[in-house]
Amino acid sequence: MMFAASEVLAPLRGGWFLENAWLAPVVPTIGFALIVLIGKRLPKKGSEIGVLSMLVSLVLASGAAWQWIQRVGAANEEQFVAPVVRTWTWWQAGGMQFTIGQHIDGLTVVVLFVVAFISTLVQIYSLEYLRGDRRYTHFFAALTLFSAGMLAMVIAEDMILFLLGWEIMGLCSFMLIGHWWEDGANSRAALKAFFTVRTGDVGLLVGISMLFFAANDWTTTNLGLSGFSIRGISAWALSGEPNSTVILVAAFALFIAAIGKSGQFPLHTWLPDAMAGPTPVSSLLHSSTMVVAGVFLVARLYPVFFTGLDILGPSSNVIMVIAAITIVIAAALAFVQTDIKRVLAYSTVSQLGYMMLGLGAGAWLPAVFHIFTHAFFKACLFLCAGSISHSASHHSFDMKKDMGGLRKHMPITFASWTVSTLALCGVFPFSGFFSKDEIIDNVGANGYTFFMVVGLGGAFLTAAYMTRATYLTFFGQARGASAGEHDTHDAHDMHGAHDAHSSHDTHDTKHDSPHESGILITAPIAILAVLAIFSGLFNATPFGESWEYMKKWVEPRAVVVVQPSAGGPGAALVLSLPEAESGYGDSPCGKETPVDGICYAPQVNHAKFKWSKALLSLALVFAGIAISWLLSAAFYGRRDPRLVGLTQRNGVARAGYRLLANKYYLDDLYERGVVRAVVGPMAQGAYWFNQKVLDGILHGIARVARVVALVVYRDIDQRVVDGAVNASGELAQSAGTTVQPIQSGRVGHYGALLFATAAVVALVFVILNT
Amino acid sequence: MQMINDDNWVLSVGTFLPMLGVLVLLVTPKANEAAIKIVALVTSIATVAVGAFTLFSFDFGQAGSMQFVAQTEWIPVIKSTYYIGLDGISLPLYLLSMVVTLLVVIYSLDHIPSPGNPKAFFSLMLILQTGMAGTFIAQDLILFFVFFEIVLLPMYFMIGVWGGENRQYASLKFFLYTMFGSALMLVAFLAMFFKTGAESFAIPYLVENGAGIAKNAQVWIFAGMFVGFAVKVPMFPFHTWLPDAHTQAPTQGSVILAAILLKLGTYGFVRIAIPMLPDAAIEWAPWIGGLAVIGIIYGAFGCLAQTDMKRLIAFSSVAHMGFVMLGISTLTPFGVNAAVFGMVAHGLITGMLFFIAGSVKERYHTLEISKLGGMLTQVPRLGWILGLCAMASLGLPGLAGFWGEFPAILSAYNPAAGLNVTVYRTYMVIAALGTVLAAAYLLWLYQRTAFGTPKGDDHHEMHDVNTYEWVAWLPMLIAIVVLGVVPNLLFSVIDPAVQETLRAFGG
Repeated sequence: MMFAASEVLAPLRGGWFLENAWLAPVVPTIGFALIVLIGKRLPKKGSEIGVLSMLVSLVLASGAAWQWIQRVGAANEEQFVAPVVRTWTWWQAGGMQFTIGQHIDGLTVVVLFVVAFISTLVQIYSLEYLRGDRRYTHFFAALTLFSAGMLAMVIAEDMILFLLGWEIMGLCSFMLIGHWWEDGANSRAALKAFFTVRTGDVGLLVGISMLFFAANDWTTTNLGLSGFSIRGISAWALSGEPNSTVILVAAFALFIAAIGKSGQFPLHTWLPDAMAGPTPVSSLLHSSTMVVAGVFLVARLYPVFFTGLDILGPSSNVIMVIAAITIVIAAALAFVQTDIKRVLAYSTVSQLGYMMLGLGAGAWLPAVFHIFTHAFFKACLFLCAGSISHSASHHSFDMKKDMGGLRKHMPITFASWTVSTLALCGVFPFSGFFSKDEIIDNVGANGYTFFMVVGLGGAFLTAAYMTRATYLTFFGQARGASAGEHDTHDAHDMHGAHDAHSSHDTHDTKHDSPHESGILITAPIAILAVLAIFSGLFNATPFGESWEYMKKWVEPRAVVVVQPSAGGPGAALVLSLPEAESGYGDSPCGKETPVDGICYAPQVNHAKFKWSKALLSLALVFAGIAISWLLSAAFYGRRDPRLVGLTQRNGVARAGYRLLANKYYLDDLYERGVVRAVVGPMAQGAYWFNQKVLDGILHGIARVARVVALVVYRDIDQRVVDGAVNASGELAQSAGTTVQPIQSGRVGHYGALLFATAAVVALVFVILNT
Repeated sequence: MQMINDDNWVLSVGTFLPMLGVLVLLVTPKANEAAIKIVALVTSIATVAVGAFTLFSFDFGQAGSMQFVAQTEWIPVIKSTYYIGLDGISLPLYLLSMVVTLLVVIYSLDHIPSPGNPKAFFSLMLILQTGMAGTFIAQDLILFFVFFEIVLLPMYFMIGVWGGENRQYASLKFFLYTMFGSALMLVAFLAMFFKTGAESFAIPYLVENGAGIAKNAQVWIFAGMFVGFAVKVPMFPFHTWLPDAHTQAPTQGSVILAAILLKLGTYGFVRIAIPMLPDAAIEWAPWIGGLAVIGIIYGAFGCLAQTDMKRLIAFSSVAHMGFVMLGISTLTPFGVNAAVFGMVAHGLITGMLFFIAGSVKERYHTLEISKLGGMLTQVPRLGWILGLCAMASLGLPGLAGFWGEFPAILSAYNPAAGLNVTVYRTYMVIAALGTVLAAAYLLWLYQRTAFGTPKGDDHHEMHDVNTYEWVAWLPMLIAIVVLGVVPNLLFSVIDPAVQETLRAFGG
């Protein structure tokens, strides 16, 4: 065996914020209830409660993050830093206990902080953006409930609370996408979003159920935890105990849920349509937080996927394949969008693909780090888009029709957009460089060369489509609404290329010419832009190991722990010291956990940063920017005749454009194919069966019974039994006629007949069986 | 089964108090509508008060035992006794029947359906209440059967007289269908009686001795009970009375039908069929589970095909009761717990949905989905309540519906010993797919009726939810949320009784 004698380590540090992190979702829940109950009567229509509750959550989350860092810092280098767990019994039945509780570890505090932080900024932004909206109070209520749901999911100790938070987010997504439900397109988008995600949720239900029953015995015996517990499931998955088929199917089922929620191919189609919601919603739910829930699920239950899907195994796994497809197809779609929010939406889909790719390739930490950085720059980009529509383009999001040349009018928005775009493209030293490059680098280092190439190609595409969007929005000539024209609201096209906002708010706008937005809008944008620049420094691998804070704080240590019954989870014993080997830990976790030890996280590798590799990707990014800039300037700026109309002249270009414009025909497949088949032939067929076949049989029997009854009545009843049956019929008849003359006489006869038969049959049965 | 035998009057009073109200109503002049309403209201309030007293005197520490037991001679010739009692499974349903009746009475104060005649209407409702409450406390098969049948007639008249256009067909169908089931059920009861030595009809006695019946005979007896209860639930393919009855019934009838009447069937399975005939239950369970999941998918498809809101809600009952039956068919304590919770949750949620349908009909004079729209604009409160109930119905965690649905799915992964695991896991996946379809038909309904802009030429101001409606609905809405957040309120009562009931299956 490779582990040495056990060594007792110092107890871990706790703290009030860590112990009480569960308050983070509770506060917004209370806030939600208050907004619903009294929001409309308050001076700020309930928005003050929303913002306040988010601020409290932010303080709680920051405190927890700080104390977690302290806890990790105080622990021994090789010590397993146990999560801070508290549980309460929720309910029990049939010998099963459902607990509710918090599980605070590195991953939790990162996402907890991101969610609370961006929720707060977006709520502040919405104060201005949604001012005068007809359903202002509802908006803040839903936004606050969303944050509560997401925070609950993030701190969940068990899969039931996780599911609860997950579904509440889905509900809020539905409510917020459909916020302006007067417009049919919005309500359809809301329905589509909820329904598509819900389709994926079947996987979550099945996966949770399977894991529970598969793991429960093991977790109860070895850890005293239920099979819903995330810790329990994680340890079980790495214990070597699981049946490989069961854990494969469970991981696959859970991954389907992640596909739905995180907009991965082929269930990504709901996310671009979700842009029908108000921009703050797109910024918070549909780019930075809710849509990463699927990624979070994979990261949270990583051991299950690690073992089940054989991550780091010799062949590529389903997560990587799906992620790679998603990265490329979504990036390609971003090129044909005219709606600025849709460009960002496809970009989000593509970036979520990077996170998934990282998880699939064993790059757990870079993927989680990408959640962190992506949240800031993508939220910022969306808020910039909102700022433009709010103050420059008269609520239009159409880059081609209503934007252009805005850099002069909106300096803060422009500057923030630019740095966030650079961060998204992965330009050094902006934040996206550190996270995205880490993912690509690690994918390659773990031996998946093909997927590394896909990642690099995606980076090129990202740079190109973002340059195109930037050019269209901020450079060139002002067009449409930005140039002061006012006829833009008429086009109610299917894609909702404009925010239905205008028709619903009362602050009828005086701003004829484009101008910068107010402080409530620009301040959140500026704060996010600062983070878009600097948040990458939290794990700046190029600067050496001392800069790898995320790795130290967030990554769970793949250490074999003896069973915690020895001294409680706080005083965990270390069985094995990972052998330092040129920066790579080497622990048996994930490969072969020792019999009497427990692992909570698998051992993964970290690629060594090399400038040579980074320079290659940077070169691709700059190439993307340059080529796209030149083409955009030629095509949109000078209307170069060689490019304009190319899709009409060239068959290949036309076919490609059509494929993209029709979104690979996936929407057609789902809406015209699947949905219509279910609602049409299948539902109608079932109903036909109901009405014609089942009821047909019934009516047939009734007809026969009537004939029989008539015969019985005429030939037997009248002559033979005359008494009792007849009397009962008359009784029923008289009862019936007192209320209304309906065919109760016949009912009475039927009844009497049935009971007579029943008695006879019972008698026969008893005689036969004695 | 343990008995707490204190010859108590509480249950008898609670059950028969409505009949006293009926007697008073009989002597109240037909023209004096105010007096009639007061009598009905006072009676149902008094009934709920007795129910509340029952609740407070209930010994929750012994929820698994029969409490308030009373037994006296009734029909000595056939050894049937007046034998009543209440345990953790009965208690929630017993109380639910009382509360729902009260709420329906409150709602009716303002909404007597045409052709009027409140005297007859309230009388029938109170008779119905006695029948429902009695079914849940009966501890003697003949007594159970009598109560079970008492329910039939008032509902038949309610549909037949106060129903919609096609009421005669619907009421007759309802009556004959149920009667058919009852007849077979009676056969099974009689067979049960004779096969256990013709000693007693008492349910505890039969539970003790039923297991001794030869398996072959058990299977046949179970078949009889199965048809009787399955018609009531209703299970596919015995459900076709339900959409017609629901669609044609007046709002009050639909609410009671959905909230309580359907549960008589599932209750019968849990209380009578399964504990009395354990060997047969094992044989039948896969078939029941199969029909349950067919019902889940089939009911959902039925919903998607509907153009009428009320008929859609009716079909959704077929799907939801499928989840309940799936839980029961696992024969595990966990599954049956889920099922009993599901019964209460479905009662509250679908009852509410029918209330809403009634109020929509009253305001829009139609339930055609294509003619509705923009409810959130015209009647925002009603629209939001519909939204909440739709979410609860599709099983959103945090609301009551979830705790009937998800645990039922979960329980199907590991059915009781002796059942085929593969079959049940297939059921589990199919049932999980059913949740997607549930989201589809409910949200589609919501999108078409509540979102968008109002349709139709007549844009007159509509009144939003009024006081009577608020009073009738709030308790149900609160219960939906509270049970969703604190499911233990219910599970802690049900669980001991379920464990007791399923003792024959090891557990």
